[in-house]
Amino acid sequence: MTTKEYHRPMPALWWLHNSQLILFMIRELTSVFVAGYAVFLIVLISKVNDDRAFKETLHCPTALVFQIIALPFVLFHSVTWFNLTPKAIVLFRGEERVNPLMIAGGHYVLWVLVSGLILLVAV
Amino acid sequence: MMANQTISLEVFRYHPETDEKPRYQTYQVPFHEDWVVLDALNYIKDQVDGTLTYRWSCRMGVCGSCGMMVNGDPKLTCAAFLKSYSGPIRVEPLTNFPVIRDLVINFDDFLHKLKEVKAWMIPKEERPLAQGEYLQTPAELAQFKQYSMCINCMLCYAACPVYGLEPKFLGPAAIALAQRYNLDSRDGAKDERAEIVSSSEGIWECTFVGECTRVCPKHVDPAGAIQQAKVINTQDWWLAFLMPWGKKSS
Repeated sequence: MTTKEYHRPMPALWWLHNSQLILFMIRELTSVFVAGYAVFLIVLISKVNDDRAFKETLHCPTALVFQIIALPFVLFHSVTWFNLTPKAIVLFRGEERVNPLMIAGGHYVLWVLVSGLILLVAV
Repeated sequence: MMANQTISLEVFRYHPETDEKPRYQTYQVPFHEDWVVLDALNYIKDQVDGTLTYRWSCRMGVCGSCGMMVNGDPKLTCAAFLKSYSGPIRVEPLTNFPVIRDLVINFDDFLHKLKEVKAWMIPKEERPLAQGEYLQTPAELAQFKQYSMCINCMLCYAACPVYGLEPKFLGPAAIALAQRYNLDSRDGAKDERAEIVSSSEGIWECTFVGECTRVCPKHVDPAGAIQQAKVINTQDWWLAFLMPWGKKSS
């Protein structure tokens, strides 16, 4: 027997349904700034052998404005993904699951160490 | 609230024989502290309007058949207490599925996907009964136990915007159940399932919204299962790429 089924359309603004979905969309949008940073990094790497050009690129007003705008978005992107790492990395110690905070915390520690190392090399 | 007070329910109604579009019908039901939304629907069905159609069975959060949208959120109506809501409670069928009648959805697509991912045990090797059980240690059980709690209620599908936008997506529960068997030490069909699970309609369609995990009444964490499947799939791909002569990781 066939029946006439009703198909409800997906609302165009489905992501406004709750705060979690809004945060998800913000996280997705921050990818644009991560990509921007990646392009900026490639440009900087291309000038790494020319100290003057490297500094000019880094300090030019456009680059400064971009970094001021992009930094909070990239930080948001990093923090939200680091907080989600225990979902993807599940470790067991025998029958006990390793505390998810240890997984996320490990990423933060690694982040601080790598950032410190880069600063050390740069300075 | 006092025991003699009432609460109103705005219920989604759709009769395919007569209705072109769904409509909402408001019912006043007695408010009781210990009543859940399903009790209110049963009251309407028994006392007010026998034409109201919906699914339910166990009334104890096990059968997974009474899932509906309650004020826009996917819920097991047997676990959604009236006292948790103020004002009218809007009850609708689970979103992202076609509606057959009133609060009843057509979930053939979900059943088809369960079959596609082979969400059942396929032993590494068949053994005669005389050899006894397929034994498992508590540590091996712990690897997949969480995912075995799925009751197929489909709240995760109703919550998933990816499934809503792309119905070909395998969806949270089917992938979580595939992962449940992939992680089972007694199972040997991970590679068979990988063909569909790691396809473009499988794990890579998921953008990790996380709503499936939020609404899961059994704390299965389908979003986590999908991300773990992505990690394992990526490891397998790299191993196959770097060591084509070698065996895939198990």
